[in-house]
Amino acid sequence: MDNEMLEVKQPTYYEEVIRKGYDRRDFMKFASMMAAFIGLEKSAIGQVATAMETKPRIPIIWLHFQECTCCSESFIRSSHPMVADILLDMVSLDYTETLMAASGVQAEQSLKNTMKKYKGEYILCVEGSVPVAADGVYCMIGGKTSMHILEEAAADAKAIIAWGSCASNGCVQSAKPNPTQATPIHKLITGKPIIKVPGCPPIGEVMAGVIVHLLTFGTIPELDRVGRPKAFYSKRVHDSCYRRPYFDAGLFVETFDDENAKKGYCLYNVGCKGPTTYNACGVMKWNGGTSYPIQSGHGCIGCSEENYWDNGRLYDRASSFAGFGIEASADNIGKIALGATGVAIAAHAVATNFGKKESIHELEEEGKESEHELPS
Amino acid sequence: MSKRIVVDPVTRIEGHLRVEADIENGKIVDAFSSGTMVRLLEEILRGRDPRDAWAFVGRVCGVCTSTHSLTSVRTVEDALDIVVPPNAELVRNLMHCVLYMHDHVVHFYHLHAMDWVDVVAALKADPKKTSELAQTISKWPKSSPGYFSDIQTRIKKFVDSGQLGIFANGYWGHPAYKLPAEVNLIGLAHYLEALDWQKEIVKVQAIFGGKNPHPNYLVGGMACSISLDDVSGINAERLAYVHQLLKQGKEFINQVYIPDLMAIASFYKDWGAIGGGLGNYLVYGDLPTKGYRDTASYKFPSGAILNKDLSKVYDVDLRKEDEVQEFITHSWYDYEGEGGKAKGLHPWKGESKINYTGPKPPFEHLDTTKEYSYLKTPRWKGNAMEVGPLARVLVGYARGREDYKAIVDKTLKDLDIPVAALFSTLGRTAARGLEAILAADWALEFYDSLIANIKAGDTRMAEMSKFEPSTWPKVALGVGHSEAPRGALAHWINIKDEKIANYQLVVPTTWNASPRDSKGQMSAYEAALIDTPVHDETQPLEIIRTIHSFDPCMACSVHLYDEEGKTISRISVLGD
Repeated sequence: MDNEMLEVKQPTYYEEVIRKGYDRRDFMKFASMMAAFIGLEKSAIGQVATAMETKPRIPIIWLHFQECTCCSESFIRSSHPMVADILLDMVSLDYTETLMAASGVQAEQSLKNTMKKYKGEYILCVEGSVPVAADGVYCMIGGKTSMHILEEAAADAKAIIAWGSCASNGCVQSAKPNPTQATPIHKLITGKPIIKVPGCPPIGEVMAGVIVHLLTFGTIPELDRVGRPKAFYSKRVHDSCYRRPYFDAGLFVETFDDENAKKGYCLYNVGCKGPTTYNACGVMKWNGGTSYPIQSGHGCIGCSEENYWDNGRLYDRASSFAGFGIEASADNIGKIALGATGVAIAAHAVATNFGKKESIHELEEEGKESEHELPS
Repeated sequence: MSKRIVVDPVTRIEGHLRVEADIENGKIVDAFSSGTMVRLLEEILRGRDPRDAWAFVGRVCGVCTSTHSLTSVRTVEDALDIVVPPNAELVRNLMHCVLYMHDHVVHFYHLHAMDWVDVVAALKADPKKTSELAQTISKWPKSSPGYFSDIQTRIKKFVDSGQLGIFANGYWGHPAYKLPAEVNLIGLAHYLEALDWQKEIVKVQAIFGGKNPHPNYLVGGMACSISLDDVSGINAERLAYVHQLLKQGKEFINQVYIPDLMAIASFYKDWGAIGGGLGNYLVYGDLPTKGYRDTASYKFPSGAILNKDLSKVYDVDLRKEDEVQEFITHSWYDYEGEGGKAKGLHPWKGESKINYTGPKPPFEHLDTTKEYSYLKTPRWKGNAMEVGPLARVLVGYARGREDYKAIVDKTLKDLDIPVAALFSTLGRTAARGLEAILAADWALEFYDSLIANIKAGDTRMAEMSKFEPSTWPKVALGVGHSEAPRGALAHWINIKDEKIANYQLVVPTTWNASPRDSKGQMSAYEAALIDTPVHDETQPLEIIRTIHSFDPCMACSVHLYDEEGKTISRISVLGD
């Protein structure tokens, strides 16, 4: 995707902000916030500001298929004070069944208008999977199948964002036996850039961050090998976990609400899927940095990973399903702990690890060593 | 001669809803409600670990997020005879109250308000008069002429740009909009403020459940240990945060939502005689104060009302096979065995297989004389029932509960309308607001109880003695219920050999939005649309007003499991 891809003949974002009564100072504050959002150095703030002054607003069509609307809900949770208001305006959200005023034929007309007027220029956001069983009759809107609507809307889209695990990997409805043949977007649409933003839902600020990246740089963010923005999906939850030192020290919660749970020990033995999950939860946290699952005492359920519903039961230790060994082998200290737990039958067998617990605990107390042990 | 009109998609709801209505002489004479998306989650649940079910069914809905997970852990706890510690009950109650506070406000401003508030007409308002009006109805501090002038300027420029985004193609200027320009401007300003506010109140769910949407639950209690001596636990800082969020949430509800609701309602009193529908109301009850099993202690009392008769409230038993039953006469499913499609089945005995018999898409109309929806049709003792805020408020009122009586009587007096006006579109929308007031008060009560428990030395948050499957009976049946914001919700489970053999959900929108039953009785949406005036049949404004007053949640309402033979073969696949 080249830098011109998102040019649209509309007022620029800067013009729009000034028209709304904000001054230049507000605008620069917002630009810095957005730069911080997408992980840029301070030196890039000028670039962000310039981009917003000169790049136009992007029309967005946001389709809903087999979903639960948690992605839309998460999107409106995006936490920075200006985001909820301004993202609605700056991207010109022309079609979203959740928020739009028009229903029925008037709603369909809005969709058609944008597809025609901004042919080749609009961003298509998709929330939900597409059922392909039974010729697509398991999801119909306005008498058309979701497959039909997706194909029409994708044809002239500049790029596609697959919101959440439904659109990225099929999520819960594609769990075995996937009775409706719920299918993620990238398996149905080819020849278009597709940004996968998995998670059930994705973190609100991650969703906002992806849109801000598109707007600011006119390009899609750099994606990893499976199509997710590297900025948010390149680190394992395990590697960014503040409880990681306890894992390294072999200090585990053995059952919920036990003494170790009250001490905030590692949740690996009660099923935490952090070791196999790539997401930004440990760094960005949820709901404006309030908490995230591990902080609130429950293990990560791995909701941003493909097929996570079939990757073992929630409360089974991560080592009990295929693939984990490979992940862990890159992680020296983790490997030692895993060696102990992997062969264990009962959860308490982790006691074999207690021998070295004390020495590692001392290191962990210093609050330094564990950082050196993280894989790069 | 009537004319059939179609509204599809119905927007500003959760999920995919289609309404077909026949209009004659400017009024609706017949109506059909159709759910057009299905995911078959109940089939996916078969063979899974019952302790995992809350996570799967939580994903039934991200709008009424947490309510299915809550219902699911209660269902499994019922089957396994687990009583959760009082602190876990209180935390669940707190999270549930917060869901109400969030969901009702978001429904009012972001899903429903544009049916009553004309966004474009707000541009004609005088900011000074708007400010004066705002200050007479509320002490909310953001009410200066400058504040309203800024909002107006911002929206004016937005409208002038010609790119209306979510406001495009709305029904602006329709004669059914009755508000003075100044009230429209207040509504619009608070639409934006509520968008900002809603992301704050849900932080309570994030503190206890780790995230929102889709916070984490746990069979046996909650995973968030109370630990006043650790940064990870529920400690003084976390509790103070919760307290502050609850107080701020209550303030917004009392100073913004309720004054706006009352101001807007006072211009639409005619809607107190429109959209009444069935007149039968059903509530399972929720928010236990002395344990989930002590239903008499619930803040939301349970019960059923028939034919608008508030002098008699019937008890409801979800375990009795002749009370709640599901029919599929007009649904795209089949029943096996004797009775075929005509019979009704209790959820513990439910069986069905999907069979789409509608027109091949793309199509213009459904054949509503045959099957026309993916929703099944639940009935209580054969009666079509309405569930939701109005049902709860009426049952609380009819049960003689003082908290309900005080708030209902005050509202009727302030609006100068009779009790009968509650059985309406307006009544439904008003009841939602009254519940928000109650939920905000109750949340603070539950908070105080939690603090008192901790002070008294009780820090238990989970009962884990029956968490290991080896402690379970070979076969166990369970039912769990809750009051979701949209109405009565229950799950039924059948556990066999440590796995889910059968999982059934009967959800609020299935009660309200379902197609006709075997006797031809309409469900709540269809019945409520009858006699609704439609000024311009090319613009469905009046239809969506009544439909939105129910707050549809379609993703919740559609699910099923497959026929026996296929499923058994899958259990072995899932059992690995």
